Amino acid sequence: MPKLIRWRDGQAIAADDGFTLLADDEAAPSGDVIVSFARFHAEGERLAGEGRAVGVRVAAGEAIESLAYDLPEIAVVALEFPKFKDGRAYSAARLLRERYGYAGEVRAVGDVLLEQAPFMIRCGFDAFEPADGTGPDEWAAAAGRYRHVYQRAADGREPAFALRLAAEAPS
Amino acid sequence: MYLYDDIDQAMLDDRTAEFRAQCARRLAGEINEDQFKPVRLMNGLYLQLHAYMLRIAIPYGTLDSAKLRKLAHVARTYDRGYGHFTTRTNLQLHWIKLRDAPDILDELATVGLHAIQTSGNCIRNLTADPHAGATADEADDPRIWAEAIRQWSTFHPEFSFLPRKFKIAVTGAPVDRAAIRIYDIGLRLSRDATGALAFEVRVGGGLGRTPYLGPVIRQGLPARHLLSYLQAILRVYNRHGRRDNLWKARIKVLVASLGAEEFARQVEEEWDRTDKASVDLPDTELARIRGLFRPRGFETLPARSAAFEAARASDAAFARFARRNVLSHKVSGYALVNISLKAPGETPGDASSEQMDVVADLAERYSLDEVRVTYEQNLLLPHVKLDDVPAVWAELARVGLATANTGLVSDIIACPGLDYCALANARAIPIAQAIARRFAEPETAERVGELKIKISGCINACGHHHVGHIGILGVDKKGEEFYQLSLGGSGEDDASLGQILGPALPAERVAPAVDQMVEVYLAQRREGERFIDTFRRTGVEPFKEAVYAEAD
Repeated sequence: MPKLIRWRDGQAIAADDGFTLLADDEAAPSGDVIVSFARFHAEGERLAGEGRAVGVRVAAGEAIESLAYDLPEIAVVALEFPKFKDGRAYSAARLLRERYGYAGEVRAVGDVLLEQAPFMIRCGFDAFEPADGTGPDEWAAAAGRYRHVYQRAADGREPAFALRLAAEAPS
Repeated sequence: MYLYDDIDQAMLDDRTAEFRAQCARRLAGEINEDQFKPVRLMNGLYLQLHAYMLRIAIPYGTLDSAKLRKLAHVARTYDRGYGHFTTRTNLQLHWIKLRDAPDILDELATVGLHAIQTSGNCIRNLTADPHAGATADEADDPRIWAEAIRQWSTFHPEFSFLPRKFKIAVTGAPVDRAAIRIYDIGLRLSRDATGALAFEVRVGGGLGRTPYLGPVIRQGLPARHLLSYLQAILRVYNRHGRRDNLWKARIKVLVASLGAEEFARQVEEEWDRTDKASVDLPDTELARIRGLFRPRGFETLPARSAAFEAARASDAAFARFARRNVLSHKVSGYALVNISLKAPGETPGDASSEQMDVVADLAERYSLDEVRVTYEQNLLLPHVKLDDVPAVWAELARVGLATANTGLVSDIIACPGLDYCALANARAIPIAQAIARRFAEPETAERVGELKIKISGCINACGHHHVGHIGILGVDKKGEEFYQLSLGGSGEDDASLGQILGPALPAERVAPAVDQMVEVYLAQRREGERFIDTFRRTGVEPFKEAVYAEAD
């Protein structure tokens, strides 16, 4: 099974991936599957109706908005990084978490590298398929490099300005 | 000026610790150059023609004496005893060893300096009006807002892998001294009828291969919503900017292809759906930042200084310096003093460690401990008592920094060019030196008046050639350095893009051609006309004729 790192409660954990990634022309096996954006729109409902969990793999540039009404039924949204330099999935992840309140798994797939770990976690990703062979210990260390952040994002960390405000407040 | 608190300092210390570990892995061979490249670029470390170059951020161009002394020290200890101030008000050190880089960043961090986001496809170091806090015409000190943006954009989780680099300039004055029209985002602050601060927002300016002046997409943006509005702009760009072609990836191409109106509509739509309160700084935080920028220590002085007037009357060289480099201040009895880094024959924008130390001492003693860096690659002391200007001038003159040429033909912007840069097609520095030498005689330069020459060694246009009154672009013709001249550009309030003069010239013909064009101007100018005004009236023909006549 592909190597997967899950981020749960500030811990990076090695996990087995229970989902099978289906090509568009591949018949669905029994069990949980991840399908393309197009296939999900075409037959997501049918696949889910067969009693399995369904995930969607979203390419960079595909409009995440069009999943908004289906999100409660989607177990995993796998956002693709075609190259590590392509940052579109960061916006998609934040929209899923902050605008649409998505509570399922947001997984980073594609050219996923250790140096991106802090950014991804902040944007709401909670599962990773590293392309550089790095493991949970390295991801945990990378995620903890910075004691502070300057802006609110999807991870709920309090930014510098909020900490300053709290420090000023009368007790 | 802004001082780092424990949180700001912790951010910096965590960053330098991270980079030290990354460098160690590279030096030990655990990661290769390909893997290291994105990491070092995030820390402003470029591999250039001869060595590593470190680009140190000078946020909104503001330094104090401790910071400038540290820059002098780093240049002396780890480089060749000088540094290069750029059109983005950064300082570049061009002869760095990789193994020294972590030590340099540690040293810089002790005074709140760093190289964060001075490269890479992220929101780069901010620039602002160099006269901020000292000029009577501003609605507010733009650095307050630039600092708010600095914090918001630092290690931004969503916007660190944009389609391309992203640059923001801020001014609080109606007169544009920050070139806001050639920026990805150019912000201008003013007060509305009720006295509330509001921004005019320009998006999609830029130079390079396809130059654009940024159109206004929003008027009257309430200042307290600046950050949420910026988030909306950046989100639209991050999602929809082109990523298939490096040359079309800047936001200017997205804005131009959608049209400013449609781009603005998409931003407004995104902004409407944004939880603004989660992004915008609370008023208390803005007030905290504001307090740190409040200048302290102005004395009550008469507008006229006897010492200044006496020096002006008795010394022609000082009088010239006073005319060209001393500007009026919002506080009575004070002045801004421009320090030219354009002594004829020197490299534009370069300063030696000794010169930096002298300027730091002058700032501490005479300028409320402040120094500015301008996009025109000069330094500036923003708060000097008129009474002290003669002493400041004398000390500057001692170290070759009293050239009285602000805005004149020898006050040339030039990128490092092929002498240093791996991207360049041609050298820029020797061209600048050759032109400046021709106009080294101060009377000649002053007679010519305002003339802004800008030189880039390649189409990336770091030397702003598109917006030079005379623009000079280095091109490669079958392995030889040639130079394309353009006329009539401006990066300021009368902004315009230059028009190409004719076929590119070989290096030795460039300075004579500038001379010939100046002669045309002097012959044709009418009362009160600057070079660019004459050009705008006559068009390119007489200039073209003068330069190319003998070749026919």
